[in-house]
Amino acid sequence: MGANTITVTDDTFAAEVLQSDKPVLVDFWATWCGPCKMVAPVLEEIAGDHADKLTVAKLDVDASPATARDFQIMSIPTMILFQDGKPTKTIVGAKGKAALLRELDGVVGA
Amino acid sequence: MTNTDTEHTDAPIHDVIIVGSGPAGYTAAVYAARAELSPVLFEGTQFGGALMTTTEVENYPGFREGIQGPDLMDQMREQALRFNADLRMEDVDALRLEGPVKEVEVAGEVHRARAVILAMGAAARYLGVPGEQELLGRGVSACATCDGFFFKDQDIAVIGGGDSAMEEATFLTKFARSVTLVHRREEFRSSKIMLERARANEKIRFVTNATVGKVLGENSVTGLELVDTVTGETSTLEVTGMFVAIGHDPRSELVRGQVDLDDAGYVQVAGRSTYTSLPGVFACGDLVDHTYRQAITAAGSGCAAAIDTERWLADQPDGIDDADPVAATAVGV
Repeated sequence: MGANTITVTDDTFAAEVLQSDKPVLVDFWATWCGPCKMVAPVLEEIAGDHADKLTVAKLDVDASPATARDFQIMSIPTMILFQDGKPTKTIVGAKGKAALLRELDGVVGA
Repeated sequence: MTNTDTEHTDAPIHDVIIVGSGPAGYTAAVYAARAELSPVLFEGTQFGGALMTTTEVENYPGFREGIQGPDLMDQMREQALRFNADLRMEDVDALRLEGPVKEVEVAGEVHRARAVILAMGAAARYLGVPGEQELLGRGVSACATCDGFFFKDQDIAVIGGGDSAMEEATFLTKFARSVTLVHRREEFRSSKIMLERARANEKIRFVTNATVGKVLGENSVTGLELVDTVTGETSTLEVTGMFVAIGHDPRSELVRGQVDLDDAGYVQVAGRSTYTSLPGVFACGDLVDHTYRQAITAAGSGCAAAIDTERWLADQPDGIDDADPVAATAVGV
């Protein structure tokens, strides 16, 4: 796991994501998903660049199927932005840094 | 047209910029780097190319037990890095390929090179029917290896009749209760071994002479409206997932109007070479190949593109660079 992102599981999801004061972008991924590997380094960079405004968390859907089911994940990578305990934005599929930052404009915008 | 822009930028002029990061792009990078051309490779966000969404690759020589597609790409990427290829995970927004100095625009920044290797590959094709894009990621998928996991014990459909359709259908039986393979014709394009493997799988059912008219469902897929291509009758197939494997289109939008394309949009190259219609612009991989489309043929043509580029550069008169390209490159961008 990268240095800038945190790992969450079914057990820690409520505390680390839903009760977070800071917005959290959760990356639903799995080891067998090629496109998830593409997006991982981009998320590391975003997490490093915007640590003051955003937490980036990674959730392995294999290890934490309940949370994936709760949020009706049917395709990975899916990234969901949580603000004040609620999902406010869903991004499906691997995207580049510029495209992801555009999606997160309201949170990490200059 | 772009020469005036060029004079205003002080970006260094590289020997070669490679666009695309499948087997063709990485192989071109390995060869160009070993030839001391200091290649810059724009990998894009879809890096790794088509193999990133495959499972076991059983026919890449040298891996007698097979290798996972993403692992193979990781190996190629690391090999390019080992020879100091400059890999950048960014999407190219525009290419200006005419004239002696080519321009590659990435997120508002202009990069320059004497030669460009095009290796953008091909993108999975969608059906283009109502409901498909609306339900993408909610039951509609173009990546069986990514999303099969979410369809445990469900009934799903795979659309297509080629090797990738057979591979996906077979792979998806690991999770699904049943897989219905829907194909618009009676005959299959796929190789015999892949078709036989799918036919032998008792979880796979074949529906031929049928097309998808519409994807049904509000928040997620509940079924497909099938149209019989012989009688025109419609019927409903109750499934919760649809995996589309009907082929690929070349990603040639960025070069349309600059290099010659064929009717299907593939970049045309001269004979067995990788020369496009523009001097200093080379093309390889699935972007030029609608015939073989294999990892090994893409890698082979990436190698050819790097060698063509190296020889072409050596034949160019010196002096188009006003600065030593190596020294200029060291400044970085």
